[in-house]
Amino acid sequence: MPSKAAPEKKQTHPAVGAAPIQRRLSQSHRGSVTDARDDDQELGNMPTNYMGEHNFFGRQEDQLKLTDAELNEEHTRILTARNPQAAENIVRFSHKERMFKLIPHVDQLAVHFQLDSHLVHKESEEGKRQLMLDSEDVKIQEVEVTTSAAGPDGETSKEGDEDDDEKAKKITASSGKSKKLTNQFNFSERASQTYNNPSRDRETFVEQTPRASFADNVSQWSISDAYNEDFEHQQKAKEKEQKKLVVKKEDDRKKKFVAVDQHGVDDITKLSRSKSASLSLKIVERMINQNTFDAIAQDFKYWEDAADEYREQGGSLLPLWLFQYDMVKKLACTNLTWNSHYNDLFAVAFGSYDFLKQSRGMFVIYSLKNPSFPENIFPTDSGVMSLDFHPHYSNLLCCGFYDGSVAVYNIADENKQPKYHSTSRNGKHTDPVWQVSWQKDDLDNNLNFFSVSSDGRVVCWTLIKNDLTYTDVVQLKLEKPANQTEEGFPLISLGCGTCFDFNIQQDYLFIVGTEEGKIQKCSKSYNNQFLDTFDAHHMAVYAVRWNKFHPKVFASCSADWSVKIWDINYQEPLFVYDLGSPVGDVVWAPYSSTVFAACTADGKVYVFDLNVNKYEPLCEQMVVQKKRTKLTHITFNQHYPILLAGDDRGNVTSLKLSPNLRKRPKAKKGQEIIDGPEAEVAKLEKILSLIRDPDDVRNKSTAQQGATTAVSGAN
Amino acid sequence: MAAEGGEAETQQKEETKRHTYPLVRTSDMNDELKTECMELCVTACEKFSQNNESAARMIKETMDKKFGPTWQCIVGEGFGYHIEHEVKSLLYMFFGGTTAIIVWKCA
Repeated sequence: MPSKAAPEKKQTHPAVGAAPIQRRLSQSHRGSVTDARDDDQELGNMPTNYMGEHNFFGRQEDQLKLTDAELNEEHTRILTARNPQAAENIVRFSHKERMFKLIPHVDQLAVHFQLDSHLVHKESEEGKRQLMLDSEDVKIQEVEVTTSAAGPDGETSKEGDEDDDEKAKKITASSGKSKKLTNQFNFSERASQTYNNPSRDRETFVEQTPRASFADNVSQWSISDAYNEDFEHQQKAKEKEQKKLVVKKEDDRKKKFVAVDQHGVDDITKLSRSKSASLSLKIVERMINQNTFDAIAQDFKYWEDAADEYREQGGSLLPLWLFQYDMVKKLACTNLTWNSHYNDLFAVAFGSYDFLKQSRGMFVIYSLKNPSFPENIFPTDSGVMSLDFHPHYSNLLCCGFYDGSVAVYNIADENKQPKYHSTSRNGKHTDPVWQVSWQKDDLDNNLNFFSVSSDGRVVCWTLIKNDLTYTDVVQLKLEKPANQTEEGFPLISLGCGTCFDFNIQQDYLFIVGTEEGKIQKCSKSYNNQFLDTFDAHHMAVYAVRWNKFHPKVFASCSADWSVKIWDINYQEPLFVYDLGSPVGDVVWAPYSSTVFAACTADGKVYVFDLNVNKYEPLCEQMVVQKKRTKLTHITFNQHYPILLAGDDRGNVTSLKLSPNLRKRPKAKKGQEIIDGPEAEVAKLEKILSLIRDPDDVRNKSTAQQGATTAVSGAN
Repeated sequence: MAAEGGEAETQQKEETKRHTYPLVRTSDMNDELKTECMELCVTACEKFSQNNESAARMIKETMDKKFGPTWQCIVGEGFGYHIEHEVKSLLYMFFGGTTAIIVWKCA
């Protein structure tokens, strides 16, 4: 190291580095100086007695004040090394020798007080030695300072001189008295500088537990009230329970009573007898039916057979509701007729065609709205063979019975008795009445209807006040064919009328079908004379019907399996259809002049449209559910495209006509479709003109009617 | 908070029936806590029938131990109070016909 640098360092070091030490020293000196002065002053105030050598250690104020004599008094204490507290007979188990052994040496040392000194007494040897050492240190420092002070720089030396002077003074002042003599093993300066850890804020939020406030006043009366209230509640609860028990018991008893009562009168039947209840019951019944037969009702209203679009000719019948009634299961449906006013209402007559199984009869009124049960039921003593609703008074129903009587019912009437009834006294038939039909009111505005019976009479019945009067219109005399020889029996045999129908235009004109297979053309005005006779069928004629539009065309059906279409002016049928089974009924459709339907004894319904096919039925469909069920009657609804077919097991099936069966003829290009009766007549006429070979027909007719023409010619 | 009022309503009611069963007047505790608290109150009031203060102390301390601090309790025969309590921890009941006990928790 260069020699110059060392002294420089030494110079600067004390000037900078030693200064704090000096100051601290000086401070402590000063502090000790003042302390000392204070002590002096206090001591000055104190009595001099106590200012002995001992008071250096400080004398407590509450210290005993003893006189010299007492102080000088001698107290003898003999201190032994033996610890009186130590136990003398400690025994421990020696595992080595497996026995308890007395421990002879017990630690006799007892420490009563221990204090580590952290200061050293000034006047003790140790203190003196330390003081000596300290003072030597200071001297060496001073020497160093003085040597360094003789440096080249004037200013620093001046300042250094001043500092040195002060330091020197201080050191000399303090060195004698108040240098703290520390026990260097044990002393620790209590004031110490440590790092202050930086403080940091931390916050969290806790959701406060929800609180509510509650206030009340407690007093004896409120307590008492609360108790009373509660007690009452309890009492009531108890009473209720008791009541429940009682009620249960009573219920049991009542049940027994009810059980007894049920043998007596049924509540529901009682209820249904009241008018208002029966009305609402009927409504509910219909609602239930509507729900039950919803699908059928939808079909009735909206369903159209989509297959018809792809069929040129031909259609189908969709069975809708089946009308069944338990009471008429063994009876045959003998007639069907729609109500003239209500499109959903129809009457069904039940009886028996079997001569040997005649029993009671019945006619029921059904509505399409309630297929499950008849609206009205009229039980009769004899089988009902025929029915007709009055065209204007829709509540009036005339019917003919198997026993030959006829009756008029008011179906709205509560009591189900006939309003008019023919008896043996007033000209009742002697054989079953096969058909009845209301006619226009007569000249006196009396209601009247016609009936036909197997006894060969066609009778007009007139309702005059309360009486039913009769007039024989026609007696169906059997006429021998002209070519057969007269055998001259005087006995007049009458034909058995089975059916008749009045012409739509000429209301005096009607035709009668007979069991012999003949069809008689009759008039109201000629009593016992036929206008014409058709040898129509080989067996009984079951139905004759005039066309609904054409005034000259009628259809007939018979047990000889055939359906025939006739023109009233021609002896020969226009069309003949063999249906392979006795044909129970034939009806013209109300919507077309060329459509008619027939039902047969093998359970089939045939629908024809002459406009579409003159030779084959458009539809031939089995509609009965069981085999060997005969269809007896069939009828079109005036308004809806449905048919009703009755069978001999008492069921009535409703059938929906598919679109093809009620299709209007397609209009040719540029041709307007003409609606109305005239168009229908024209349509039928056109077909008929195609059929009848004019010459042939004319010849035939002239040949057959030669006699009459001759007569007319003669006239 | 609570204002413990005049106690010792000595006036005995001349009634034919005095009901002494515990009657819960108001409580929003759940059933389990309510039952336990009620039983505790009954026990305390029966044990210190002459000293409401001891009864209240016992109730408070037991509740503190069992359900955590801090519970308050007033036992007395006549007083008014307006308290704020933590919800689901209030029981106001009568016992012995004359004593009202209110226990609530509010930390």
